Amino acid sequence: MARLEFGAAIDHAIAEAMARDPRVIVLGEDVHTLRAPLYSRFGPRRVLAAPISEGAFMGAAVGAAMGGLRPIAELMLVDFLGSCLDSLLNQAAKVEDFTAGEWKVPLVVRATCGGGYGDGGQHEQALWGLLAGIPGLSVVVPSTPSDAHGLMAAALRHDGPVVFLEHKLLSRSWLEFLGRGGRDTVTFDVPPGGVEGEVEVGQEVPLGSAAVRRHGSGLTIVSLAVGVHRALAAAEALALEGIDCEVLDLRSVRPLDRASVVASVGRTGRLLVVDEDYREFGLSGELAAAVLESGLSPRYARVCLDGTIPYARHLEDDALPNVGRIVAAARSLSG
Amino acid sequence: MRRRRAGAPLRVGCIDAFGWRYADRRMDHLDLFRQMARARAFEDAVAALWRQGRIAGEMHLGTGEEAVAAGVVAGLRRGDGVALDHRPTPVLTALGVDLVLMLAEMLGLEAGLTRGRAGHMHLMSKAHLAASSGIVGSSAPLGAGFALAGRTLRPGAVAVAFFGDGAMNQGMLLETLNLASAWQLPILFVCKDNGWAITTRTDAVSGGDPVTRAKAFGLPAADVDGVDVWAVASAAAEAIDRARRGRGPSFLRARVPRLDGHFLGDALVRAARSPAEDGRQLLGDVTSAVLSRTGGGLGDRARSVVRLLDLMRRARREDRDTRRDPLERARSSVGEGPAARLEEEALADVGRAVELAGRGA
Repeated sequence: MARLEFGAAIDHAIAEAMARDPRVIVLGEDVHTLRAPLYSRFGPRRVLAAPISEGAFMGAAVGAAMGGLRPIAELMLVDFLGSCLDSLLNQAAKVEDFTAGEWKVPLVVRATCGGGYGDGGQHEQALWGLLAGIPGLSVVVPSTPSDAHGLMAAALRHDGPVVFLEHKLLSRSWLEFLGRGGRDTVTFDVPPGGVEGEVEVGQEVPLGSAAVRRHGSGLTIVSLAVGVHRALAAAEALALEGIDCEVLDLRSVRPLDRASVVASVGRTGRLLVVDEDYREFGLSGELAAAVLESGLSPRYARVCLDGTIPYARHLEDDALPNVGRIVAAARSLSG
Repeated sequence: MRRRRAGAPLRVGCIDAFGWRYADRRMDHLDLFRQMARARAFEDAVAALWRQGRIAGEMHLGTGEEAVAAGVVAGLRRGDGVALDHRPTPVLTALGVDLVLMLAEMLGLEAGLTRGRAGHMHLMSKAHLAASSGIVGSSAPLGAGFALAGRTLRPGAVAVAFFGDGAMNQGMLLETLNLASAWQLPILFVCKDNGWAITTRTDAVSGGDPVTRAKAFGLPAADVDGVDVWAVASAAAEAIDRARRGRGPSFLRARVPRLDGHFLGDALVRAARSPAEDGRQLLGDVTSAVLSRTGGGLGDRARSVVRLLDLMRRARREDRDTRRDPLERARSSVGEGPAARLEEEALADVGRAVELAGRGA
C-alpha cells in the first residue's frame, strides 16, 4: 500500500506499464512538462510533446495503436474533444467492429474533466455521456486515488480504446495549474476523500464494475467522480432525517454495470442519479432506461447539469450538482 | 474615438516635407499610444483583482500584445467583425468595449458584459461584432464567417481573426486559410507569434513557419515586429484596405513577447523564477525519476533533462522581459511627456472603472 494523490496514482500506473512494456508511449500537448518525471525517465522517444493539433495527434494515436503500440494520448481538457472527435467516433471506435473483432485499438485517452473552479463553459464540461454514447469506446471516471490507479492499470491492459477521465477537483496538480495558480486567495469545494488515499499498487479495477460506497435501504443514489463525494455528504445529512441512502459509484460509464444498479434499486425502490454531465440525452436517462428495462418501476429523480456552465462562481456552484440539491431531490423522492 | 474614417489607410512611416502631414502622423502616434496604455492599465488592474482571488479561472493576459491590438484595430470601422482568442482584452479595449462592463464580467457580476455567464476567456460583444473563444484555433473559422456575413450584408466590411503561433498547428485554422483563399474572403489573419504553445516551444513542434505556410495557401503575408505599433498599423491598414476593395484575405505575422507566461500564476514560470520554492516539487520528482532503475537509456534521459532545463531557462528569461515591451518602444516615439500624460489618463480611467465595477459586487 502507498499513500498517493489522485494524479500521482494515475502516473504510477502509467510508469509501471511503461517500465514493463516498451510499446506503451505517452503523447499529447505539454506532456514534457505535465509529465516531467515520465519524460525524464523514459526519454523524448516515449513521451512525445505534441503541437496543439488534437486532430493530428489523436488520429495518429489511433493509427499507432493499430500499428502495434499502446499509446496514451493526453487531451489536456476533455472539452478539446471537439477538435478531434473524428479520431474517436469514426476511427478508434469502429475498427474492431469493422474487422469482426480481429483488429483492436489499444488506445488510452487521458483527459481532465469537470468544474468547480471558475473556468467557464468551454473548459469544465464532463462529456462522459457523449463519449459513452459511442459503441466501441470504454469510458471510465474514477472518484478516488485507488480507483484512479486501478482503472488506469486496467485500461492499459485492455485491448480496445478507453477514455480515462480525471476530475480536476480531485487532482491537486491540475487544480493548482488551472484554478489556483499559486494563489492563497481562492478556495474550492474539494472532497478530501477523493484527493489523496491509500492505493494498492498494481491492483487493477476491472472496467464496467461499480462500487457500493455506502449501504442503505431507502434510496439508491448513483453517481461518479466528484458527484460520489457530494452524494456521500448528502447521505450523511439525510440519515439524520431518517432517509437511509445507498451510494453507488459507477466508476465506468461504458460498459455500464447495469446489474449493480438494478440490484440496488430493486432493494430500495428509489433511484436518484447525481450526474455532473448534461441532464438531457445522457447517462441519467440511460440509467432510468436500464432499471425500466429490468422490469423495475422505481421512483426516479436526477440532479444534473442543466445547461452551459456559467463563469460566475456562485452561478457555477448552483449549476453543478451540490449537496443541497441532492438532499432536496432525495427528500422529494422519499416523501 | 476608435474608428478611423471609412477605409482611410493610416499615414504612418511616411514623413515628408509638409508640416501638416507630420502633425497628422503625430496624432496617429498619440492615439495608438493611448490605446496601448489603456490596455496595459486595464490588464494590470485585472491581474491585481485575480491575485486578490476576485477573478476566477485561467487568466490569460495580452500583455505584450498591445501594439498588435492597437495597430490592427486602428484600421477597423463599425460593421467589421473581430474573432478573438483567449487573450482578447487589449483588442476589446481598443474597440471601445466598456471597461466597467468587462471588469464586472470578470468579477462574475450580473452587471457584467454578458451577466457573468461567459467570463474572461469568452468575452463577447454583439454590438461590436467581437467574440472570443478559449478553444485554440477557433477564431480563424469564426472570423471567416464574420467576413462572409460582412461581404454579403455590409459590402466593404471586413473581418479580423487574432490567434497565436500555437494555433498555427491547429487543423481548423489551416483549413480556414485555404477556405478564405478559395472564397476570397475579406479577412485579415493576425498571428501573434510569442514563440510558445502553452509550456511548449512552438518551434520544437512545428514544421515550416507561419508566413511561408500562409503564402502557400495563396495569401499575401507580411512579417512585422509586433512591438512596433507603427509597423503593425501600416501593414494591417494595407491588408484591411485590400480586403475592403474585394481583393481577398491576407496574413500578418507579428512577433510579440509573452510578458506574463501562458496565464497568471503559470507553473512553469513560477518554477523557473524560484526553483528553490515553486520548483522544488518538480525538480525533486524529475531527479528521482531520472535515477529510476528502469526506464529509457542514459542518452534518452539526458536529452529530456537538457530540454526541460532549457525550457525553464527560456521561461525565466522571458518572464516580465521589458526589453521587448511594446509600451517602452512606443514611449520613445511619442515622447516621455505626452506618454506619461496618456498613461496617467489611462490609469485614471481604469481606476474609475474598477471602482464602478466593484460597487456592483
